[in-house]
Amino acid sequence: MTTVFGSVSVGDKLPPLGYDVTPTTVVLGALASRDWRPMHHDHKFATERNGVRDIFLNTPNQAAWFERYITDWTGPRGRIGRMRFRMHDSIFPGDRMMFSGDVVDTVIDETGQGWVSLDIQLTAADRPCTSCTARVALPSDPSDNPWSLRGDGWRP
Amino acid sequence: MTPAPIDLPDDLIALIGVPQYPVTADFPVERGYAWNTLAATENANPIYWDDTVADALTGGPTMPLATLSLWMRPHRWQPGAEAEQVALQVHFDLKARLGLPEAIMSDNTLIFHEPVRPGDVIRHHQVLRSVSGIKTTKLGTGRFWVIDVEYHNQRGEMVGVESYTGFGYQRPDETEEVAA
Repeated sequence: MTTVFGSVSVGDKLPPLGYDVTPTTVVLGALASRDWRPMHHDHKFATERNGVRDIFLNTPNQAAWFERYITDWTGPRGRIGRMRFRMHDSIFPGDRMMFSGDVVDTVIDETGQGWVSLDIQLTAADRPCTSCTARVALPSDPSDNPWSLRGDGWRP
Repeated sequence: MTPAPIDLPDDLIALIGVPQYPVTADFPVERGYAWNTLAATENANPIYWDDTVADALTGGPTMPLATLSLWMRPHRWQPGAEAEQVALQVHFDLKARLGLPEAIMSDNTLIFHEPVRPGDVIRHHQVLRSVSGIKTTKLGTGRFWVIDVEYHNQRGEMVGVESYTGFGYQRPDETEEVAA
């Protein structure tokens, strides 16, 4: 699947994604991102030292989940330029993560590359956990390829 | 956030905007970390799994974009290390200097430039951008700070920039103990 720039409008919604988080989800993501901090694998440390209810999803793994969510929608030709996210509450084992997203802007830059801006919400049991904004380059047609942009031609 | 409140120690004010801890990663970029991250997030993007697709679209295998911070994270232990090695040393320096035992990250911004490829050797440095005045949140009382991390490959090309907002704090019970 390839999402092309001309097919996208402000107000479009990305397909939602749900995922049941387990302790393995948290630990696998932490170790994959070389994050050895104990609040991401040690229940006792998380509860007694950090004062939260369990180990929780670490920051770079949340970034990886947002990347997956975005490129599930764009297809492999979509290229993320930037992501910014704010973590309001933590994601714990037992939570069902829900990702939802909206297209909030479309723009063509000086090089002719089309970009979309996305607002993405990550919730757990209707609890707002993380809000993310992303700027993503989309192909102009199924044969176009934003990955070919280099140097000054790539304006993330 | 203004760069520095007036109640900040002078030695910390002097560090704002100054590149610190220039480091070359102690291991080259390796694909195993790509697959670990993809498996952890069940990410099936074919540019990371199918070399034919990767060759056609990106000119060869690349790493998942969100793995950028991997290359600033040292081995937890290695020969000769005298203590636990930590990523984002400026964050831990601030905790120690300001006497704030706990900390969390609240915001993360990632800007992606040239793709990171297996075999690359990534160097990076950290820049303290700002420190807030004293704030109280539901976690406790402390300060917010913003630290940028800039990443380059062995050809000198910028591959990405990260910006972290951290909150270092004392939990309410600790604050009461200190006050007492």
